[in-house]
This record gives sequence, structure tokens and C-alpha cells, in this order.
Amino acid sequence: MPNMNPKKTQVSEQESNIRNKNFNEVILGYTLEEAMNEANRCLNCKSKPCVSGCPVNINIPKFIGYIKEGNIEEAYKTIISSNLLPSICGRVCPQETQCEAKCVRGIKSEPVAIGLLERFVADWYMENKKDNDSYTDIEKNNYKVAIVGSGPSGLVCAGQLAKKGYDVTIFEALHAPGGVLSYGIPEFRLPKYIVDSEINNLRNSGVKIKTNVVIGKTLTIDDLFNKGYKAIYIGIGAGLPKFMGIRGENLIGVYSSNEFLTRINLMKAYKENYDTPIIVPKNVAVIGGGNVAIDASRCAKRLGAQNVYIIYRRSENEMPARIEEVRHAKEEGIKLKVLTNPIEIIGNEHGVVKGIKCVKMSLGEPDETGRRRPIAEPNSEHIIDVDTVIIAIGNAPNKLIYEDLNTIETDDKGCIIVDDNLKTTQNGVYAGGDIVTGAATVILAMSAGKKAAVSIDNYIKSVFA
Amino acid sequence: MYLIVSKNKLNSITSKMVIRAPLIANKAQPGQFIILRVNEKGERIPLTISDFDKESGTISIVYQKVGKTTMLLDDLGDGDYILDVVGPLGKPSKLFGHNKVLIIGGGTGCAIAYPQAKALYNKGIYVDVIAGFRNKDMIILENEFSRICNEFFLTTDDGSAGIKGFVTEALEFQIKNGKNYDLVFSAGPLSMMKAVSIITKNYKIKNIVSMNPIMIDGTGMCGGCRLTVDGEVKFACVDGPDFDGHKVNFDQSIQRLSIFNQSECKSRDEYCNLFRRDLDAKYES
Repeated sequence: MPNMNPKKTQVSEQESNIRNKNFNEVILGYTLEEAMNEANRCLNCKSKPCVSGCPVNINIPKFIGYIKEGNIEEAYKTIISSNLLPSICGRVCPQETQCEAKCVRGIKSEPVAIGLLERFVADWYMENKKDNDSYTDIEKNNYKVAIVGSGPSGLVCAGQLAKKGYDVTIFEALHAPGGVLSYGIPEFRLPKYIVDSEINNLRNSGVKIKTNVVIGKTLTIDDLFNKGYKAIYIGIGAGLPKFMGIRGENLIGVYSSNEFLTRINLMKAYKENYDTPIIVPKNVAVIGGGNVAIDASRCAKRLGAQNVYIIYRRSENEMPARIEEVRHAKEEGIKLKVLTNPIEIIGNEHGVVKGIKCVKMSLGEPDETGRRRPIAEPNSEHIIDVDTVIIAIGNAPNKLIYEDLNTIETDDKGCIIVDDNLKTTQNGVYAGGDIVTGAATVILAMSAGKKAAVSIDNYIKSVFA
Repeated sequence: MYLIVSKNKLNSITSKMVIRAPLIANKAQPGQFIILRVNEKGERIPLTISDFDKESGTISIVYQKVGKTTMLLDDLGDGDYILDVVGPLGKPSKLFGHNKVLIIGGGTGCAIAYPQAKALYNKGIYVDVIAGFRNKDMIILENEFSRICNEFFLTTDDGSAGIKGFVTEALEFQIKNGKNYDLVFSAGPLSMMKAVSIITKNYKIKNIVSMNPIMIDGTGMCGGCRLTVDGEVKFACVDGPDFDGHKVNFDQSIQRLSIFNQSECKSRDEYCNLFRRDLDAKYES
């Protein structure tokens, strides 16, 4: 008999008043019993709409079916055949707009907690079975493929190609692999041991990772071809922080979200024994309404800030951040100042931030994105006292890699132009993820990496084999 | 891991390290820099590539012991390894296309000035160098400079060596004496580069400056190194480090450089205390 409880099986979380002072993971995950209980909420319906909601088309009812039987190992194998990084996706995918949005249980009640189940399966496997993984049965074909960038897109592309026997090397500009999984998403949402474990897994499957190599600087695309790489996948993400262009953005105490999060996540500024400097803020304004803004605000709170405000020009309904993240942030004491738009950052005589001048907004007619356009209200200027401003209004493509290239075409936003197979305008060079689409989600970047792996496999087989 | 081939003390607080980094050496050009991290818990700091040799696959850096990271770096010696070195970063300098060039280095900035002068001189271009230091104990690269320029001027603030005074005085003296430079390149403390830019602007001489702000990744990702040039925000790591000295907002950059002053002092003091404790323990035992 299915479990007809209209609510998802509750998952334990760190209490908000405790977790907002530490960087440990917020959601603690299901136990086996809880997972089996939740799995039984799945009706195993015929139409399986959830599968089409998943960008990598995991056979969701099948893996949930195995959980019902308590056969977690088979559940894992089902997931991993479509998704190489389930412990990461189970944590950071926006399930509420993907698989869970399509779940038939969601029509009348809460959908099945597919994300939490995926995470449970991946964590269980990591704890109980991962050491037994063996890659000796992969037949090597000795064709070299280079992957530029070790974020979610590059990792998945590398993993898929390694499975097919390719000799894969990932080039990473930073000193640690993982891209946004390492420098961007905070520890309390995606513990770094999870990222490390998934990356180690890739290494065990034969993927080589060379850190401290900036393609476009240390080596060029041409160098890679000259070194015998047959194909190249560019998955470098959108890493160039956008600023607002308002007065005061260069004052001391104004950070891009990239800088603030990198200091904390990659450079571990929050840990006592690391050398990375960070000024512990007292009153913080985070500008933006996406997941990055939420991440930055929650990090600021955890560093010890007294007041953290998220300043967003539309209303809470229009916030692009995941609902769960917004809820977590509010529980942790972060204050939303919606329908508010900054117009100037104000500094003291030493050039240090002392406040942010904002105007009140109201919503007008929908714009081209379908969201109602914010309009400034007259005479609504006001100043919020803050010593730190974090700008999290998005990232644009980083053009560093193009410096030595004129054969790869980009659009007017700097995104790489690709065809349906993710091939760029240069033969043998493929691209995917945020560098093609503009800033998007981890799972979309992964699905591009997976698709590119198929294209690269076809290309190499047709040209070189 | 990057091997330290050799380390030489240039003065009491400045050293030069030759590091094995073949990929970087192969691509390096004057004006570019690297970012290094000494150990797992260390900061990432930018340092100019002061020399490079494609044949031997080595690059040189010159650093002054000013913070914890450079102190940690200085604890290493020949045969030791640096955990991470990435580069060459930044755009190469564009100093060619001029007939009479003056290169100005201030303090450790001389390590940035040196490869510029060398590249121009070796191509047969007329190059003068002014190298300024606080006093005779702080002098670096004196012999190296004298081999790669037409005229070499050494200044010290207190007159303990060379000409007494600032580099700006030597600069004005040269201009007034009819040295019609068509390019001045300056690298050193922001206040020095600012002062040089005011003079060159007066005399309508093109002035390229090498900016060296705080940065993390060096690839345009963090935006920490942003500065204002001609009213526009630029990132020193990818748009620079060289900029038109007449257009840089130096006052803003001077302010921004003070961001982590306090914590840098704290970090350095703690490190010194640790070091002191080690010494104390040694003497006690």
C-alpha cells in the first residue's frame, strides 16, 4: 500500500538558531527508514512525468522502487546510469521546478521528495559501497580529450568520456577542482567532502586533473591540439561578476558575491587556522534575489554579522532563488527588503562603506521575462546603515579564454555559440554550461556536459577511428 | 608542486626566487604576473614575473617580506617546493613602438621594471632607468639594471647611495635636460606612480603604470582588483596590470589597498609571535 500522507516525510535539519552560527550542513538527510517511508509515497504512476522534468532524465520511479525494497545499491546504479554526481544534485538541484514540479502527488498534496531520496541513495552508497568501485573493466581507446574547467559541466563530460575509454584531462585555473561547487556553493549547503569524494571517484576512473592551468594563458586551445588532444570541451562557466554601475561600488567593504564567497568557501576564511583575510561584517546588505544572494547572506550571518539584509527590487514572488533557500535564510534571521533598489553606496572619509541609499519600488506590467517590471516610487529615498555590501546580481561570461582565439564565435553577450550538438564554430571544440547559456543551474551544466560527451564520442569515432 | 631552484637575498627584506614552472616560462612576457599559494592554508598572492627563461623552464619572482605569506615564502629555500603557482596572468606590456623610453622602478617595483627594460634594450631601443629606494640597504637589482639600459640613475630618499631624492626629481631633471622621452613606464608604490603621472602629464609624455592591487583568482572572477580608469571600472588582473597613468584614479586605488591592512598586520604579528615562540622554545631547551 502506498503511503498516502499528503506531506513529505520530514527531514531533520539543524535548528536555525544553532546553524546560523556554524558552517555545518543544514539539512541532515533521511535515515533508511524515513527514505523507505517517503519512497512509498510514490504511486509508480504510468505516465512518469517526473522523468521528463529531470534535465538528465533519471529513471526516478525505478530508483524509488528499489528504495521501497530497501535495495539501495540498485537504486544507486539506476541513478548513476543517468547522473554521475547524485550526491551533489540531490542537494543543489531546484527539484521544485523540475522533477517534483511534475509529480502527480503534487497536484493535490506535496510531491514526493525526489531530491531528498536521491541524496539519501548517494550518501548511503558513499558511506557503504564506494570503496568497492572498480574501473578495471573499461577498455581504453587512447584518444586524448581535454576538458577546460572543472565545474559541474566539465566533471560530467569528463566522467562520461572516461567511461567510454577516452584518455581525459581536465584543466582548472584555480588550485582546487570543482568550479562553482568549490568556490561558490557554501559548505552548509554542499559539504566539500561530498565534492571531493565525487572528484576522487572521477580520478579513480582515470580522469586526470591539472590545476593551476589557465587555458588562454598558460596553454592555448591550439597548444592542446598540438599536444595531441583530439577534441576539447569548454565548460568554464560564467565567472565575470556584474556590478550595478552605481556610485560607491569601489568603496572598501563592497564585494562581488564571487569574491565574498570565494574567500569563504574556497579560501576558508571562516576557519581560524587559514590565512585568508576577511573583515567580519556587522551590518550587511546583499543585493540580488538569486541563490547566490541567499548563499552570501547566510555566509555573512555565519561569520557573525548582526543584521543581514537581502535587497531585491521586485517582490518575494519574483525572487529567482529556491523557495527552500529563502525559507532557510529567513529562519536564520536574514531580513528581506524586497521592492527596494539601491541607488548609491555611501562611504565615510576613509572610503569605507557606511550605508546604502535605496528607493522603494512597485511592480508594473510584466517585462520580456514575464516578471512584473519594478518601477521606482517618487520621494522614497532612504538610507540603510551597513558596513558591507555584497553584489550578487549575476555573472557574465569570462572572456579570458578567447584572448588567443578568433575561430570560436560568441554572441553579443560573450556566450559561446554552439550548434545542436554543442559544437562551437571551431572543429573539434565543444562547449556547454553557463559559458553557452549564461548563468544557470548546476544540473543544466551537467546535462550539457553529458550531451557534449556523446557529441565528442561521435566526432572522434567518425574522424579518427 | 613547484621547485625552488634557487633563492638569493637581494637586501635584508627582499629576496629573489627562481622557480621551475616550464609552462609559465614558455608563455611569459614582460608585465605579466603569477599567483602563488605557499601551503594548503595559505593565501593566494600575486607577484610579478621579474625574469623568465624558456630554455631552463624557470621564472623568477622578487618579493619583500611584508605579510605572513611572504614570510612563509621566505622560510623556503633551494630545493623546497611551493604548493601552487599559476600564470602567466594579465596582459603583457605594450612598450614597443616608442623611440626613447624611461623606465622607473620604486622599491620592489624594480622587479616589475626590470623585465621591461631588458626586453626593450635587447631589441635595440633606447632605454634609461631610474631606480629609487628608501636608503642604500634597500637597493635591489642595481647590477642587473646597469647592464640593460643606456643610462642608469639610482636614487635614495636619504642620499645614502646614488642621487639624494625621489625618482620624480630625477625624472624632472632628465626632462629639463632635454631627454625627450616618448614613453615613461613606472612601477612601484601607488603614491610614487601617482607623482610620476602628474609630472608626465605636465610634460605631455605618455605614461604607462603597472598596478598591483589585491586579488584572489587573477582570472577576472572575484573583482577584488577593480580600479577606475578614465571613469570606467577595470579589473587589473585581466584588463591590466598596465594602464594609462594619466587616466588611473590613484586616490581610489590607494584607499582600496588599505582594505586588509589591519588583518594583514594581525596575521603577520601572529606569525611573528609563533616564530618567536619557536625560537624561545629552542633557546629554552
